[in-house]
Amino acid sequence: MTSDLTALPVSGPPAAPVPDARVDPPPVQSSRSKLVERVIGVTALVGIAATVWLGLWVTPPDKVQGDLVRLVYIHPGVAWVALYLAFGLAAVSSLLYLWPRTRSLFWDRLAAAAVEVGVVFNICTLVSGSIWGKPTWGVWWAWDARLTLTAVLLVLFLGYLALRRIPAEPEVRARRSAFVALFAAIDIPLVHFSVNWWNTLHQGATVLNPGLKLKIHGSMAWTLLLGFLALTLAFVWMLLVRYRVGVLEDWLAANELDFALAERQSEGAGPSGTDPGAGPGKGPSGEGPSGEGPTGDRVGVA
Amino acid sequence: MWRDAALVAGKDLRIEGRSRVALSQVAPFGVVALVLFAFALGPDRQVMAKGAPGLFWVAVLFCTVLAIQRSVSVESSDGARDGLRLSGIDPAGLYLGKAVAVAAQLIVLEVLLAAGVVLLYGARIEVPWMIVVSCVLGTVGLAATGTLYGALLSGLRVRETLLPFLLLPIAAPVLLAGTRIWQAAMAGGTPASGLQWLRLLVVFDAVYLAVGVVLFGPIQETA
Repeated sequence: MTSDLTALPVSGPPAAPVPDARVDPPPVQSSRSKLVERVIGVTALVGIAATVWLGLWVTPPDKVQGDLVRLVYIHPGVAWVALYLAFGLAAVSSLLYLWPRTRSLFWDRLAAAAVEVGVVFNICTLVSGSIWGKPTWGVWWAWDARLTLTAVLLVLFLGYLALRRIPAEPEVRARRSAFVALFAAIDIPLVHFSVNWWNTLHQGATVLNPGLKLKIHGSMAWTLLLGFLALTLAFVWMLLVRYRVGVLEDWLAANELDFALAERQSEGAGPSGTDPGAGPGKGPSGEGPSGEGPTGDRVGVA
Repeated sequence: MWRDAALVAGKDLRIEGRSRVALSQVAPFGVVALVLFAFALGPDRQVMAKGAPGLFWVAVLFCTVLAIQRSVSVESSDGARDGLRLSGIDPAGLYLGKAVAVAAQLIVLEVLLAAGVVLLYGARIEVPWMIVVSCVLGTVGLAATGTLYGALLSGLRVRETLLPFLLLPIAAPVLLAGTRIWQAAMAGGTPASGLQWLRLLVVFDAVYLAVGVVLFGPIQETA
């Protein structure tokens, strides 16, 4: 419906911000949170660049694996973010949303942001692992316990994201997604045990093994830890940005129609004159970041 | 809670008894799946007998999705869902009743599929009690998780497409455990390796049944 509106030749230039009592102003980011976000983002970027430099040029090649060992500076770090940080955070915040005393859309948006970023890191884990697996194990993919668990996690949380895409009122969507995240989180230990008994080929954890004893030393260990830190910061930065976008998306879903209507009405009141060039893309009624119009948001709910 | 569960299970089974949807549609689909697996794996009976445990459980999983869809759609017309909530039936009882009805239908189906696996694939079962126990435990787990997801998605128009995507990965431990127990039961000898998988199934069932009993009320409000 909105696209039809914008496709019409509109008369007069679209008035940008429409003063109208029915339209809530869009949420504005405070300058302090903007600064925090920037600092974290830049630090993460510098950290990743330093990891790449140290990992590719400064650290020595491994005795057994040669240059292949350099993947150790990326792959476990990415996996740590995806499998522990992101999905752990998603599970905890979903639980906090379901708990009546802490119920707030904050936890829902945080969980959604964590899952979305976690899925990206999960795919990076699988891809970097595949690149490592081909020369060392001789195969791109092995049905090893950890690989299988990672893949099952990816599918579980893709399901979560698919469910979130179904348009619904924010509270309904939040409850529904929180339940699905909870069921998935309960399933993870069960899948863990079953795939472990099923097959094990992957090497043990390098850092997060029982006793937290590092199995590598010197410059390699420091680079590895730097990589963990940098990737964790990158995760935090993506999480912050995604959370902010989530807030804006909810605002857009709630206000887009009012906004478009107010704009149309002000067009009627404005100076007449045909200017077809000022049509699509310029008005605030155009496509939002989600790419879904307000009508599309409500289709599909019985 | 138990009386309510028996009432709801009886109602669902009576609907099935009169409509025969599971018997005339889901069960034949299971048989079709077995035949298709045979086409996919070729006429070599040794290969098929080796794959029989996994194929049996995959067929069961697919049929579970259909049984859950049916169990949800029974409540979706004529305001049946609202009627159930108004009737004062305990949510936990409702959950258990729906799950029991699904499980009962699945058990009948599994008898049929097991017979099909033995006859069509030439699978030889050495330890029958393990097969029986694994089927009962696996079915309870599938019905417990399936009923949860069915209720959660019951208000959605896209539930037919979304349910398998959400349910089947969750049921992965059941597939793994069931397959391994069948393999142990077919190999005969020491069933020790099957026992730890049976324990896993018990934990799976207990966890999801507990979650369902506790959370079914809030889940109903969400749908």
